[in-house]
Amino acid sequence: MKVLVCISHVPDTTTKIKFTEDNSALDKEGVQFVINPYDEFGLTRAVWLKEKEGAEVTVLTVGGAEVEPTLRKALAIGADNAIRVDQEATDGFQVAKQIAAVAEAEKYDLIITGRESIDYNGGQVGGMVAALLQQPFINACVGMEVEGDKAELIREIDGGKEKLSAQLPFVIGGQKGLVEESDLKIPNMRGIMQARKKPLDVRPPAETAPRTKVGTFEKPAPKGDVKMVDAENIEELVRLLHEEAKAL
Amino acid sequence: MDHYQAPDYYGVDELLTEEHKLVRGATRDWVKKEVSPIIEDYAQRAEFPKQLIQGLAEVGAFGPYIPEEYGGAGLDQISYGLMMQEIERGGSGIRSTCSVQSSLVMFPIYAYGTEEQRKKFLPRLASGDMLGCFGLTEPNHGSNPGGMETHYVDKGDHYLLNGAKLWISNSPYADVAVVWAKNEEGRVHGLLVERGMEGFSTPETHNKWSLRASATGELVFSDVKVPKENLLPGKSGLGAPLSCLDSARYGIAWGALGAAMDCYDTALRYAQERKQFGKPIAGFQLQQKKLAEMITEITKGQLLVWRLGTLKNEGRATGAQISMAKRNSVEIALKIARDARQVLGGMGITGDYPIMRHMMNLESVVTYEGTHDIHLLITGMDITGENAFK
Repeated sequence: MKVLVCISHVPDTTTKIKFTEDNSALDKEGVQFVINPYDEFGLTRAVWLKEKEGAEVTVLTVGGAEVEPTLRKALAIGADNAIRVDQEATDGFQVAKQIAAVAEAEKYDLIITGRESIDYNGGQVGGMVAALLQQPFINACVGMEVEGDKAELIREIDGGKEKLSAQLPFVIGGQKGLVEESDLKIPNMRGIMQARKKPLDVRPPAETAPRTKVGTFEKPAPKGDVKMVDAENIEELVRLLHEEAKAL
Repeated sequence: MDHYQAPDYYGVDELLTEEHKLVRGATRDWVKKEVSPIIEDYAQRAEFPKQLIQGLAEVGAFGPYIPEEYGGAGLDQISYGLMMQEIERGGSGIRSTCSVQSSLVMFPIYAYGTEEQRKKFLPRLASGDMLGCFGLTEPNHGSNPGGMETHYVDKGDHYLLNGAKLWISNSPYADVAVVWAKNEEGRVHGLLVERGMEGFSTPETHNKWSLRASATGELVFSDVKVPKENLLPGKSGLGAPLSCLDSARYGIAWGALGAAMDCYDTALRYAQERKQFGKPIAGFQLQQKKLAEMITEITKGQLLVWRLGTLKNEGRATGAQISMAKRNSVEIALKIARDARQVLGGMGITGDYPIMRHMMNLESVVTYEGTHDIHLLITGMDITGENAFK
């Protein structure tokens, strides 16, 4: 069984976000990058498939050389090999095209992406990869049991969960629930040493062009002050809604 | 802890490889998950969190630089240092356990042991199935280990060991002790004394105000029959235990910086949040002086240990250089802990913050593995050629 885990290289969740002077890009100076947390759940689930079923786990990132430490960490956690598609990731479609091009050549049985990445939160890549490969896509996947070429899956839907059956190959958008936070693996020293020897294959990008372009970034407006109004004083509340908040 | 910002004022990270950063990040994640949530409670109750041994072994904190064939990870010395830094940021007691296991137990067995001894002990020490300790200091011989009274007599098919060792980290829980004792000619040799050998006991030292989450005790040998195959044949004389101490002191030089970083980070954040006279106390000059001096000393210390690690990787670090780094790191860590405690005012003495725990732990670290004064005399002897110890 060949499993591909798509890894996004994203700023750590505690990063204080700044933009470059013209607000056209994230200012990466001093920013720590990590494995996208949604992808980490998927990676851990894939490593379980390796441990229990002998799956071969490949991790893939689309990006420049600066993403390699993230791939090495994934190898230290337990992936068998890594692929970096040598192209700056610009939009979801472009990334999906690159992943699909690799997947077409390598024929994976299962492709795991995160439900979304925590940097731009596009949530597009998994669905697009599945569409490009004409495979089923199970998003917001919170449970997966694979038996032979069949799988029982659970995905989150509005107000509940849905149980599904699917036949390999397919693509999932994973999140917490595939494994729990306490299951996430901290790489150990032997894993880090072994990662040094595992293959990290740098591949030229397939021909594709992004379909969206960033204009500028801006931060959300700071939250305003809270005004407390006495529960008895409805007139004051109406006045404030009308005159200050201009909501009425 | 969630918001911990590792100080790196001079971009020292750029001197590290990606692998070093991965080692540090993994250790930091492990400490955050396993040590930080419990350490204060164990220190308050003066209990050794024995359950961490398995986790320390899994992450690879026991013998990270020992070759893989003996259960280690085969990492370099800077990786080892970074691990000790992150573990001591969690607690000096836990770091002490790792230092002892790696540098004082696994190192001498690897460096001076027979192939049989290596195969018997190292994988089990690396996996945490066995805990080790190191016996050099005695009740009457601390800074003067050469005066040791513990001795053994060759009885033909075994050695008969008598004596006592004091201030031994891990001793109450140790399965094996690397014990330094004199033979009939007065020459110091290392013996592997195993729990269960008749006449061998390990009473615990109680009522410590320092390293409360670490188990400390004695090693008492009363006519202990030690099999001859338990002698470390590779090296004898005081140089053998001192070489182990060099390795451990090197780890301490990094570790104490970790404690200092934790105190600095805590004090900086507290000073930015705590308001007096209508503004954060970080805006007052006397607080800024403390914080600015802290980051200055941490930065100097970081460069010192990084360079020492580079020399050690090349096999060129001298004992005197290691002494200087151990002494410097612990000295600045203690001063930073005391200053940080003052920044926090009354809150600094509570267990809600790690500072007072670090400060009390460092009072042991400044004395063990060569006292602060002795390390100064090592530097003094190294530069003048004159021995001022005795």
